[in-house]
Parts: sequence; structure tokens; C-alpha cells
Amino acid sequence: MSILVNGDTRLLVQGITGREGEFHSTAMLEYGTNIVAGATPGKGGQSALDGRVPVFDTVANAVAQTGANATCIFVPAAFAPDAMLEAADANVPLVICITEGVPALDMLRVYHVLRAKGTRLIGPNCPGLTSVDEAKVGIIPGNIHTRGPVGLVSRSGTLTYEVVQAMTDAGMGQSTCVGIGGDPIIGTSFIDILDMFNQDDQTEAIVMIGEIGGEEEEKAAAFCAREVRKPMAAFIAGRTAPPGRRMGHAGAIISGGAGTAESKRTALEEAGIRVADSPSRIPQLLRDAGVR
Amino acid sequence: MKLQEFRSKEILARHGVPLLEGETSTTPEEASAAAERIGGPVVVKAQVLVGGRGKAGGVKLASTPEEAREKAREIIGLDIKGTTVKTVLIAPAADIAHEYYLGLILDRASKAVTVIASADGGVEIEETAKTNPDAILRLPLHPLIGLQEHEVRRTSFFLGIPAELRKDFASVLRGLFAAFVESDADLAEVNPLVVTDDGELLALDAKIVLDDSALPRHADLEAMRDLDEEEPSEIAAREAGISFIKLDGSIGCMVNGAGLAMTTMDLVKLAGGEPANFLDIGGGAKAERVAAAFKIILDDENVKAILINIFGGITRGDEVARGIVEARSHLTRDVPMVVRIVGTNSDEAKPILAEANLITADSLDDAAAKAVAAAGGAA
Repeated sequence: MSILVNGDTRLLVQGITGREGEFHSTAMLEYGTNIVAGATPGKGGQSALDGRVPVFDTVANAVAQTGANATCIFVPAAFAPDAMLEAADANVPLVICITEGVPALDMLRVYHVLRAKGTRLIGPNCPGLTSVDEAKVGIIPGNIHTRGPVGLVSRSGTLTYEVVQAMTDAGMGQSTCVGIGGDPIIGTSFIDILDMFNQDDQTEAIVMIGEIGGEEEEKAAAFCAREVRKPMAAFIAGRTAPPGRRMGHAGAIISGGAGTAESKRTALEEAGIRVADSPSRIPQLLRDAGVR
Repeated sequence: MKLQEFRSKEILARHGVPLLEGETSTTPEEASAAAERIGGPVVVKAQVLVGGRGKAGGVKLASTPEEAREKAREIIGLDIKGTTVKTVLIAPAADIAHEYYLGLILDRASKAVTVIASADGGVEIEETAKTNPDAILRLPLHPLIGLQEHEVRRTSFFLGIPAELRKDFASVLRGLFAAFVESDADLAEVNPLVVTDDGELLALDAKIVLDDSALPRHADLEAMRDLDEEEPSEIAAREAGISFIKLDGSIGCMVNGAGLAMTTMDLVKLAGGEPANFLDIGGGAKAERVAAAFKIILDDENVKAILINIFGGITRGDEVARGIVEARSHLTRDVPMVVRIVGTNSDEAKPILAEANLITADSLDDAAAKAVAAAGGAA
């Protein structure tokens, strides 16, 4: 077991013929992900990735022909909201949107439409997710993982890779690693993923990587104190971030004194979660918490 | 992106919010002429994006054009929290009988555009939230159908708007909502919204903050950007497609990815140093981006060392290393550089970096410690 994606995932890639889409789809295929279709309007009937994947004009068609049950979106920000809505309309149950820079008001509408429909959205502005040795969806480098019992959830991209690499170097494997995205409005929260890890038999411990902005880490801490009995460790980025400035990610901003790294760290520690000063210390904190 | 008061008022006026727009001036003479045209007492208001301009002496009353000239002379050139005032707004003065706060925010928790209202106008809403949270109404609006009449009424009754002004209040809130949606705002607020002695409802001050992700579809709003109030280095970075924020420390940071960039700054601090900047070079770490980033970092005289932290991932480490060495050879000013490249082909990157006399590090902790040492030790 793992969460969200596994060997049964039949992946569609929206924007497979674009530069990013093609590059990362090749890497996903090499990792062993079962990519069954691509969708690019106007390129239906062609094939992508050296003839290995059929391309369709519409998501509905791709789903009807191939039984795709998840989609990964690589289209530019101006078209991403429509791509997410198209996937939901075609009844794809799991939508992973990598695209960065989607306007927040568009995301509000998409969020609520997908939620009403029961579509699970990961992202946008996220690196995707990997269930180690089963399926990789998105842009997380495949070679940094090793299979094991630790689930990881993060708002970040390369910082996630940093932590995964530190765990792999320390001989501590992962079950599934999920990047939920750095935007203010995202489809899936820390709590959603923590809940899935909590119920996943293969996941024995959990790592949570947060950053400044919003109050999701604080809410997650309260959830963990109430529900999660698995060992945990955390890291929060942005202790040196000045207030009122957006630190790269649209969601990473300290406003009106709320959303600081300190407040998040305190909330996590009060929930009994060990918080690392540096990503490199996460494996040791997990060992201290009883992970073998 | 934050808009200046007079820009925010321009937008609100277009959507039917009642306000006294006034005129902007950049010299005392213009200010006096504007006051002459307006007639009667005016307020001279510094147009800066930082808060607390009133306390800093940036807002002054003038009863005659002559006085407006004097006040403008005092305010133009004034330093408010590091920003020099270049423009003032000359607006008709109003006799205030009552002040309210009215704002709309994009609330990430309720995932809705949310009305924030308080009968305590004129003070910052964060302050009211601390001292008197019950005095604040938070009303999330439906994301698909938007502001409804019952929500306008509820806000109006909550604030205790006098019966004869309820219609006017409806146009304020409807106009504010229309402006918010049409300009893709993160925040739009009127503070204070006032009732004057003459029984008029007016937006006396306005602030709009735009969603940066939506700016590409609003060329007219992008043109309202106030370059005078941005660090020149931050403007250069934006043009080069680099996410950059200037800070006060001595260790320049060049990192790929925002979360990792923040973490790199945190670890510099943990190692006893102070970061000079936040810099996310974006995906790929291409040679021309690296060159632009070097220039932006080194333009800051405080920078004594640079820490480069690239998680190669799918990008090849040796290509990044060659890009760094190449870009460095064109620099006019040089400082010690600590380079850490992880991921694909990082082993191939090492000899390239070593040959160019760059300090290398395997772990991020080690890289931060070496950068702090190279900059002359802990602060």
C-alpha cells in the first residue's frame, strides 16, 4: 500500500506534447509509471514519447479510450484552470496540477467546482508525488528515493528533494512523498494527506515540511495531536523571512504577524512533533521517535 | 503588487465607490495649484506603499493653497520607513462624524473572498483583531455567485450604518467587490469609510493589493507599478525572471526553488551569519540566469561571500557547474563563493568547481558554515 498513486494508476498527461510535459513524461515512463494517454487539443490521433503514448484532443476521449484514472497537468498558467475543469468534467478522480502562477480567483472557482464533484486535486504549483517503486507523477527526481516506511508531505519542491535525499542517504526509505503546492489556494491540505498516511498500513512514520504563510501547519498540528499516533518529524522554512514580503511561493508571506515560522514550530512542538533546525537532522529525529 | 492610494481610488471610483479623488502633485507649486482648483481645505497625503505614514508626518491638513504649498514642501522628500516621498495626493478635506473599516480579502482558510468590516474605522484592522476581535465581522462570500444583497444588508446592519445611508453603503460594498474581482485583487480596503458632518458616505483612504499571478492579464494595472518604491535590484531581478528579495546581511544566496532558498537563508543564520537576500533562480539554473543573479547579488556592497545551493534533480549538476564558472569569469567584482550542487551528475560537477577555485561543500549545513567563514566569521 501507498497513498494516491500506485501500480494500478493509469495516468493521463495534459500538455504531453509541450516541452515540460514531454521531458517529465519521459522521466515518469522511465520510472515505471503507467502513462496510458496524453491530451493536447488539435493533436488527437498523433502519438507522443517516441510512439509509446497515444494523444487525444479531449480528456473525455482519452478517458473513454484508455480508462485513465489520474491526470497530470503541465499546461501554461493561463490554460491550467480550464484543464483542471476539463479533467473533472471527464470524471477523472485524481488531478495533479504542476503549473505555477495560476491566478488565485480562478483557483477559488476551480477548487469549489472540483470539491463539489468529488475530484481529488493536488496542487497547483506543486512538484507532484511519488509512491516509491510504484508510480511517479510530476517532476520529483526518481533517483533520490528509496522504498521504505516513511510518508512525506511538503508545500515545497526542491526543499522536498533535499529532505528525501537526506533520508535516503541515512538509509531511511519512503512510502509516498507528496508535494501539495506553494499557492494560497490548493486542492489538498496537509491534513488531507496526514489523514491518508495515518490510515495507510505501509506508512509507519510521517515527515511534514512546511513554510511561512497561512495557518495550515498550525491546523495540521492540532489534527496530529488528536488523530495521529505514528512517529513524526517536521521542518519549517522561513525563519529569516521578513514580514509582508512574498518569498517566491505565492502563499509564503507573513501577514499581520500571523504565519510565522515560530508560530508553526511552537504549534507542532506542542502537538508533540519534533521540529528539525536543518533538513539534514530529520532522519535523526525520526530515529529518536522510534523509527528503525 | 501594492497600489498607491491614488491608484486604488481611481479604480474604486470607476466602480461607483463615492470618494473625493483629488489630484497628485510632485512639487509644492503643483500642490498649491491643485488646492486652488479644489477650493476649501485640503489634505496633503504622502503617496507611499509603507504603512504608518500619518504617524511619520506624511499626512497634513491645509486650509489655503498657500498652506498646501508649505505642507507639500515638508512632505515631499520626507523619509518614511526608508521610502522617500516623491508624490503627494491633494484631496478635499472632510469633516468626519463617524469612521468604519471595510475590506475584502482573499481568505485562504475559508477559500473565499471574505468581507471584513468593523465599526472601529481609522485604525489598522490587525490592531482591532488583537484588541477587540468581537468588533469584526468576517463574512465569506460564495465563490461561484459572489456578493449577494443579503450580505450587503448584513454588513450594513452590523456596522450600524444610518438608515438614510444604507443605499450608499450598498454601492460602496458592491463597487469594492466589483473592483476586487475585476482587478484580481488579494486585498481591497477602504479605511476609513466615513460619514461626514453633512451626512455623506465617503471612502477617505483606499488600498488595493493585486494578485501577482494575475498581473499578466492586466497590462493596465501592471502599468501602475511604482518603480520608485522598489529596490532597483528587485526590478532587475523581476526582468530577468528571478525571484529576489533584498535583505541586510553579508552572505548572498543563490538557490533553485523558493522553499530551499528560504531554508538556505535559515541555515546561514543558524551558522551565525546573516543572509543578504532571498533568491530563487528557478528551474534549470541556466547560464544566463546565473550571470544575471551574480550581478544582482554583487551590486549589494554588503555582500562578502556567496552561497550557491543547487539541487540538481533533473537538471544535470555538471552543466550547472559550467554555467557558474562561465558566469563568474565575466564578473567585475569577486567575492569568495561556496558552491553546493546535489543530485544528478554532482560528482562530475566537483572537478569543474575545484579547478575554478570555488569552495565546495557536500551538505547544506557544511555549505552554510563555509560561507559564514568565508564572509569573515559569525556576525
